[in-house]
Amino acid sequence: MSAKSRLEHRFGALKEAGRGGLFTFVTAGDPDPETSLALVKGLPAAGADVIELGMPFSDPMADGPAIQASSLRALKAGTTLEGTLDLAAAFRQEDSETPIILMGYYNPIYRMGVDRFLERAVAAGVDGLIIVDLPPEEDEELCKPAIAAGLHWIRLTTPTTDDARLPEVLRNASGFIYYVSIMGITGTKSASREAVAAAVTRLQRHSDLPVAVGFGIKTAEDVTDTVAVADAAVVGSALVECMRANLDETGKAKPQLVEEVLAFVRALARGTRG
Amino acid sequence: MSVRNTYRSGPDERGHFGIFGGRFVAETLMPLILAVEEAYGAAKHDSSFAEEMRWLQAHYVGRPSPIYFAERLTEHFGGAKLYFKRDELNHTGSHKINNCLGQILLAKRMGKTRIIAETGAGQHGVAVATVCARFNLPCVVYMGETDVARQAPNVFRMKLLGAEVVPVTGGTGTLKDAMNEALRDWVANVESTFYIIGTVAGPHPYPAMVRDFQSVIGAEVREQMQAQEGRLPDSLVACIGGGSNAIGLFHPFLDDESVRIIGVEAAGRGIDSGEHAASLTGGEPGVLHGNRTYLLQDGDGQIKDAYSISAGLDYPGIGPEHSWLKEIGRVEYVSVTDREALEAFQLCTAKEGIIPALEPAHALAHVANLAPGLPKDHLMVMNLCGRGDKDVFSVAEHLGVSL
Repeated sequence: MSAKSRLEHRFGALKEAGRGGLFTFVTAGDPDPETSLALVKGLPAAGADVIELGMPFSDPMADGPAIQASSLRALKAGTTLEGTLDLAAAFRQEDSETPIILMGYYNPIYRMGVDRFLERAVAAGVDGLIIVDLPPEEDEELCKPAIAAGLHWIRLTTPTTDDARLPEVLRNASGFIYYVSIMGITGTKSASREAVAAAVTRLQRHSDLPVAVGFGIKTAEDVTDTVAVADAAVVGSALVECMRANLDETGKAKPQLVEEVLAFVRALARGTRG
Repeated sequence: MSVRNTYRSGPDERGHFGIFGGRFVAETLMPLILAVEEAYGAAKHDSSFAEEMRWLQAHYVGRPSPIYFAERLTEHFGGAKLYFKRDELNHTGSHKINNCLGQILLAKRMGKTRIIAETGAGQHGVAVATVCARFNLPCVVYMGETDVARQAPNVFRMKLLGAEVVPVTGGTGTLKDAMNEALRDWVANVESTFYIIGTVAGPHPYPAMVRDFQSVIGAEVREQMQAQEGRLPDSLVACIGGGSNAIGLFHPFLDDESVRIIGVEAAGRGIDSGEHAASLTGGEPGVLHGNRTYLLQDGDGQIKDAYSISAGLDYPGIGPEHSWLKEIGRVEYVSVTDREALEAFQLCTAKEGIIPALEPAHALAHVANLAPGLPKDHLMVMNLCGRGDKDVFSVAEHLGVSL
């Protein structure tokens, strides 16, 4: 199965099942590589339809305290971009169907070298990229090479992306559109259901791509509300917080961490099944 | 490749100086960044904007700042004839006010009702708080908690001026962390808020805009040296953290090939120690805070913390135009250590009766290396970009004196 069709296949399956998707974000290597791999491997069975894997960065400018701390934990545990790609590859060996989207900031990729990164990402079975600090103005950097390598380029759109700008933002978008439902960083405010519905309708006027909504989605009820108007709901900070609640004083994973986080994912997933 | 006939035409329309610069920001900010660019473009061609700037520079800041022949230091070094550009005499005590006035006038034009800023040493924070008081806008300044501790007088000044000072605990609690936090605030308050970036970094148009506002320094030096000496200087020296005072001095001279131009970075405890803030000397190109530039980073692209005795130089990046000027070889970039800067700080105070900030003390430390070997008719201008009152407590501590 090619990288491209895996994501399309998943959206097709969701449509057939008549439900919205649950996309889960966790930071690769948080709180340590082994726990992280065990958690990611458990996500599909717990109800995650797409896995967003955060590439840890020292300066996550668009993230709130929860994901900042998560990123720093992963780095402290020795996670590098190579390690993140290894994790994706290890997951892919056992699961050929669940799409993996890498999400993060450009500098670690730039440092590794775009060609080498893309080669490794494709080999690892990664399906798409969300790079927070690469707007369409910088498409030559990674967007176009990534598409040429067969990866999806998932674009972030926000409440500030107006109708005049939207076509430019969507020009090279593929896979799905990630709608950032608030003006702000991850894990802080939440948008009203009406505002999200209006925004998704606006996006659908401009594009046939599925729309996933993220930022501020914390509970199964939030998920239900979101998938009532969008194709998928993304949960990130709330998952990462659940993980943090299962660390001991020294920041090490408690024995029940993986199970507790997966239980939370199962609860969230029920939100997609009405 | 086409023949270059000017070094002063950058950036291109997408904000690039060679491969450096650009607009690497989250989508939420992009429309606003484009609006800032448009508003700045309009202001540049509006004579009322220039008029208001000139009036404020003359009557509020005290420009032009003097050019001063540092006679005793010249004698002490026994070589080049040394001039100081006295930007430490500006209102608020550094060159930072030049840029803040320009940006707050722009913020007003854009109808913004709230100002945010980052600060390291607190000089930029004080300048922002000052213009916010003057123009009656609420102001939030993000400052790393390490810097809050070592720059207590400036924290108090900002508070007196009515600013809210938010200590930032992330990372090592220095300038880069303050900038991250300011960017997070901006993303959340994009409609009301203008971000006054303090140096020639950040997404386009900031590096060009801040440079333009600071270029008053070099433009004045040209006129003043013509008046005093009847010719251009032979060399220019300025310290570099983000690089705003340096580019302000350098930019009007970039096309004068006879002028040797030198930027001085902070080598902290020495480049080899790994504890320094010399992005050009000890860093690699990367992408942070909206632009591609030289950064202190590890092999995985994680940003390393900068270290310098001087809070104002303690930044792991540098303005993208400096990265470009380094690569094309127009400007020389060197570095000096904490120890050398401390010596220069004391030397300047003792010889000229001027207490410099620790930042320009770095520039002077390099002048001390360079000037003795140059002929007496060599005209050297150093940007004395800030005064050292804020640093006396930390200098005392470094010298083992308890106050």
